[in-house]
Amino acid sequence: MNKLTNKSKLVSDKQMTLSEKLYLPAIFKGMIITFSHLFKKKVTIQYPEQTKEFAEIYRGKHVLKRDDEGRERCTACGLCALACPAEAITMIAAERKKGEEHLYREEKYAATYEINMLRCIFCGLCEEACPKEAIFLTKEIVPSSFERQDFIYGKDKLVESVDNRIDVSKRQTAEVLEFKKNKNFKHNK
Amino acid sequence: MFSTILFYVLSVILVFSSLMVVFTKKPVNSVLFLIVSFFAISGHYILLNAQFLAVVNIIVYAGAIMVLFLFTIMLLNLNKETEPKKPVLIKIIAVITGCLLAITLIGSLKGIDNAPVQNFSDNSIGLIKNLGKSLFTDFVVPFELTSVLFLASIVGTLMIGKKE
Amino acid sequence: MDWNYIIYKIILITAIMTVSLLVAMYSTYFERKFAAWFQDRLGPNRAGPFGLMQPLADGLKLLFKEEFMPNTANRFLFIMGPMLAMFVALLTSAVIPWGSSLNIGGKEYALQVADINIGILYIVAVTSVGVYGIMLGGWASNNKYSLLGAIRAASQMISYELAMGLAILAIVMMSDSLSLNEIISQQKGINWNIWYQPVGFLIFMICALAECNRAPFDLPECETELVGGFHTEYSSMKLGFFLFAEYINMFISSAVISALFFGGYHFPFEDSLGLSQNWMAIIGVVVFFMKISFFGFLFMWIRWTLPRFRYDQLMRLGWTWLIPIAIFNILITGVVLMINN
Repeated sequence: MNKLTNKSKLVSDKQMTLSEKLYLPAIFKGMIITFSHLFKKKVTIQYPEQTKEFAEIYRGKHVLKRDDEGRERCTACGLCALACPAEAITMIAAERKKGEEHLYREEKYAATYEINMLRCIFCGLCEEACPKEAIFLTKEIVPSSFERQDFIYGKDKLVESVDNRIDVSKRQTAEVLEFKKNKNFKHNK
Repeated sequence: MFSTILFYVLSVILVFSSLMVVFTKKPVNSVLFLIVSFFAISGHYILLNAQFLAVVNIIVYAGAIMVLFLFTIMLLNLNKETEPKKPVLIKIIAVITGCLLAITLIGSLKGIDNAPVQNFSDNSIGLIKNLGKSLFTDFVVPFELTSVLFLASIVGTLMIGKKE
Repeated sequence: MDWNYIIYKIILITAIMTVSLLVAMYSTYFERKFAAWFQDRLGPNRAGPFGLMQPLADGLKLLFKEEFMPNTANRFLFIMGPMLAMFVALLTSAVIPWGSSLNIGGKEYALQVADINIGILYIVAVTSVGVYGIMLGGWASNNKYSLLGAIRAASQMISYELAMGLAILAIVMMSDSLSLNEIISQQKGINWNIWYQPVGFLIFMICALAECNRAPFDLPECETELVGGFHTEYSSMKLGFFLFAEYINMFISSAVISALFFGGYHFPFEDSLGLSQNWMAIIGVVVFFMKISFFGFLFMWIRWTLPRFRYDQLMRLGWTWLIPIAIFNILITGVVLMINN
């Protein structure tokens, strides 16, 4: 039979030799190993002064994007809520009134949009499901709090401000952009 | 002068703690008072310039035997609720035997006035060199007999401890 | 009574106490530092330069913590436990000669509090009493884990005391004296006892680890099985006393090891230096502390290398390996001494 890996070891119950039974050579060997670690490079990152580099595609707190003219992209279709495996997203849709065209891009928008950050597992499926490129995960970290209520993020915390746009170009990989351009898929129309 | 004061202080501690060994209700406290009395005895040994005996008394009695006593008592966790009610007859018998023991002890003190007082000129019998010499010359037979006794008890313990 | 003498002794006692406490304090710092370095970490480095204020910060934290006492505990013994542990740990340093004697104004001042002729036995006696602090504390807590820890401590200490005593006995046979001063003065230069008693040293070292409740023999206080063992119920400075006592014990046993086996304050080529007596004494003290530091490091090194023993392994090692080997060691020492005479 072919071995799957070359890591397997043949087990035997041979008697230990006297020097092995004394354990002293083994103990010295172990002591030398630990001693050598005294001089190795330390792996500690000294946090407030140094911070760890995040991965380019780190999935942190969500953001609800606006388009180039500053209108909210979300149309409250509910696909993100449907895709969410943790059922963290809830929303209430509303119809756009006259005179609100500069606020919302589509005719329907999310009146409330809430993500429960305690339920969220930051898998990024909402982002994948979104047909309007409205929700993205950012590099920001959800801060801790003493109250459970504080972890339910509404639109006030999620929607990006007009002046201070959040760059999500790293998350829109070429494949994703290509995929979203493909008009054969129904939701890209 | 100084040693006299020390002698009385140690004696008071010794007598008090020995009495407390008998009179305290909790077995753990009894053991602890016994340990205190051993330390007082060691203090007396030091006053008699017998440092070796003092230290050995602490090592063997306070350090080993009493630890085992305490060990057993802690494991059994004796307290008032688990103490069995003893019949009156046994109590009476205990009092009588105790009195008999006391009479024997007091009786043995009777002839003490006439006993010759051993006076060591250099007052150093308790030091380890002299003690060793006298153990291996004057008292060699009892010493060796004791060691045989110890050996027998060690073998006995092993036999009991080792099942099957 | 010579007043000079009394004042000198008081100064010496105070100095030794202070040094013991200081060393214990900084042992905690170095323990954490070495632990970190052995694990490729940095260790405490926030409090003061290189984290050197860390022991003070820890001490202050322990002082200001809430004093908690379980309401089913035996109050008196609960407080007695840590007190005894600390007291006994500090007692041992009295008979250790920290250096040869100083000569001030034509008078000899020995750097040893009490040169009693049975110094080693005194140390054995004090360490054998040392278990009471742990036992009383563990029992008085009225907690099953604590009781288990206390019982383990007691049985472990009694078992390893025997082998330790037997290892010391071989040294005593060689140097023909029970006085630590005498034993050290016979190891002049590099004529250390370790060259004659390597087996004795190994046994003594293992037993010292067990007596100090250090890993790999830290069964009485193992966190994983007994949730801290005998000091589960302790908090605040009472806990601090237990931890402190452990480090003082470590310091003292390092000192005893270097005194018995590594020549104490003696160092190679000391006669060829041609220094005055006082300078020799001072260098001797420094050398002695260097040896002690090395053994302190060895204690930590072993702790962060070896895993904890299982209880039956501990007992088997003590009773069926160390004690027979120690007796055999005594036998061989006796035979060699006979032939040499």
